[in-house]
Amino acid sequence: MSKGKATAAIVGPGNIGTDLMFKLIRRSDIIEPRYMVGVDPTSDGLARAKRLGLEVSAEGVDWLLAQDELPDIVFEATSAKAHSANAPRYAEAGILAVDLTPAAVGPYLCPPVNLSFNLDAPNVNMITCGGQATVPMVSAVSSVVPVPYAEIVASVSSRSAGPGTRANIDEFTETTSNAVEVVGGAERGKAIIILNPVEPPLMMRNTVFCAIPPEAGEPGELQDRLLESIHAMEATVQEYVPGYHLRAAPQFDPARDAWRGQARVFIPIEVKGRGDYLPDYAGNLDIITAAAARVGDLMVAHRLGVDTTWKSSADLGDLPDTTTMPQEAGV
Amino acid sequence: MGDMTIRPEDVPVVDREVTETEVLANATAAGGERDLRITDSTLRDGSHAMSHQFTEEQVRGVVSALDRAGVQVIEVTHGDGLGGSSFNYGFSLVDELDLIRAAVDEATQAKIAVLMLPGLATVRDLKQAHAVGASVARIATHCTEADVSTQHFGEARALGMETVGFLMLSHSTTPDVLARNARTMVDAGAECVYVVDSAGALILSDAQERITAVVEEVGRDGAQVGFHGHQNLSMGVANSVLAYQNGAVQVDGALCALGAGAGNSPTEVLAATFERMGIRTGINLGEVLSAAEEVVRPFIPRLPWMDRSSITQGYAGVYSSFLLHAERAAERYGVPAHEILQKVGEYGYVGGQEDMIIDIALELAQEKELGDLAGSGVR
Repeated sequence: MSKGKATAAIVGPGNIGTDLMFKLIRRSDIIEPRYMVGVDPTSDGLARAKRLGLEVSAEGVDWLLAQDELPDIVFEATSAKAHSANAPRYAEAGILAVDLTPAAVGPYLCPPVNLSFNLDAPNVNMITCGGQATVPMVSAVSSVVPVPYAEIVASVSSRSAGPGTRANIDEFTETTSNAVEVVGGAERGKAIIILNPVEPPLMMRNTVFCAIPPEAGEPGELQDRLLESIHAMEATVQEYVPGYHLRAAPQFDPARDAWRGQARVFIPIEVKGRGDYLPDYAGNLDIITAAAARVGDLMVAHRLGVDTTWKSSADLGDLPDTTTMPQEAGV
Repeated sequence: MGDMTIRPEDVPVVDREVTETEVLANATAAGGERDLRITDSTLRDGSHAMSHQFTEEQVRGVVSALDRAGVQVIEVTHGDGLGGSSFNYGFSLVDELDLIRAAVDEATQAKIAVLMLPGLATVRDLKQAHAVGASVARIATHCTEADVSTQHFGEARALGMETVGFLMLSHSTTPDVLARNARTMVDAGAECVYVVDSAGALILSDAQERITAVVEEVGRDGAQVGFHGHQNLSMGVANSVLAYQNGAVQVDGALCALGAGAGNSPTEVLAATFERMGIRTGINLGEVLSAAEEVVRPFIPRLPWMDRSSITQGYAGVYSSFLLHAERAAERYGVPAHEILQKVGEYGYVGGQEDMIIDIALELAQEKELGDLAGSGVR
């Protein structure tokens, strides 16, 4: 890491990897994407990266680690299995790893919640798209009142769920519900994902339900503090995912016996993608690539001892050539 | 079989009233040869109509009566399948694993089936259900998303469970696409694939075309085809008959129609109808009539019925279990339930998106407020 800049490799040239590449090129002044690595020589993603000036290879991580100049940071958007195999090799080579697969070799990371505790970690995991969208809100609630149970429902358009996600959908529910507990701060978490094929495609829509103490279910000072915390979190996430917003005001329901005497808050979140590479309905992909790029940027800035110069959307001009959504994607 | 319609000459001629004693005397004995297998879903789809408040005693009573009547498969789970107990779908009064265990304990010949929706339930839930004795795994996806179920069929087969695929909201796609998704399930390990009319929206030929397409696609591999009907447009039993005539060999019902929306095809009506047609279901009619009348009817708080809301569901193609959620949101936000359901249909929400009902209720409430302001002269 020299000259106040870090080089990055993206492993996995699919939709996620490509969107991430665009984000780093356009938004980061301290990370320079240098390598794009895949396993399929006919990959569109590799061809696109090459056109944009990256060094590309279909020879996988073996090729990457054989380069004279190794990257400072690697973003992995392959599969849990691949990352589990690659992670020790990155660590041995001293390369910081940001893991966008469900492998979770390193700690779960949600930028507005726990990045500051993990800045020195050698490997961090980006949970899932649904996790990035909902864990901030669970945390916003659990930082004000105890949350014995939180449940999230992520609805994504069928087009934005690729074959990897579909073949391993249990990984989504298990990883996300874990993160709702470990990072979100709920005692018990549950996650549900729904794929909806309707045309035109639906925007990513997430619901966060939290069980909260009865007094927080009634209007008053405690409920006001909860609302303040929720709105503050919305603004924080918007710093790196501009299309993240509450679709309606949080809804409070008074305590019920069926809820073990707890009250409930319902938080409806819509995520409109930034359209860096993927269409705007794919907010689920946008939020995980945006979070990963943000995390990479801040971790590199921390290592370089500089301030991040991350550009929010407001600073950016026109969109690049947005492409029609290829069928291969992942949540 | 092969006939596409019910011809007038097929309709049984009723020349005199038969007494209940005669029905019982002539009824097929439980078990034996069958042309068609009826799976009873009172204790799963009926869970929606009961707001997931089944007690162990009710489960034992229903299983015992169905088992005695010769019903071979009895489904017991939260209405939304394993793991359905939640804020979004409603919490179960009794843990479903306890209910499954009780059902297994009560059954002498019937197999106990469980429903699971990948994305909600996981393989871990399925293993737990299997560990307490469930032996049929019914794995459900939206009708165009069958590929999310691959790992679950594989695991269910590995556990030695019988496997059934459930293509939900089948009205919402074409017969071709439905057949392709059935193929995906069979390739993943489904032994039977159901055309599931979750919205009760299929009208006769719609059901027939879908069954035919699926039978053509998977029948040659020896996979069976089934039909799960709802009564929102009163088509459940008629569609089930057409399904059988077009090659389906499994059909779902629920006692007293106890199910989501306007309810399911009533098991007792299916049994009586098929018996009249000379199609063997292995179910003893007298016993199943008594199960409906004496065991289930007394504990039902509200019989499923075709009212404005549930008819709207059939008409607009809305997942039947949204009914009670829409009614609750209607009460909470002061907007009509049938208008909520109409919007659900327009927006194309699928099974599992119960949380969207709150969004729609808020949207309607806001429109209403603006309308009221306009009405009072505020501009």
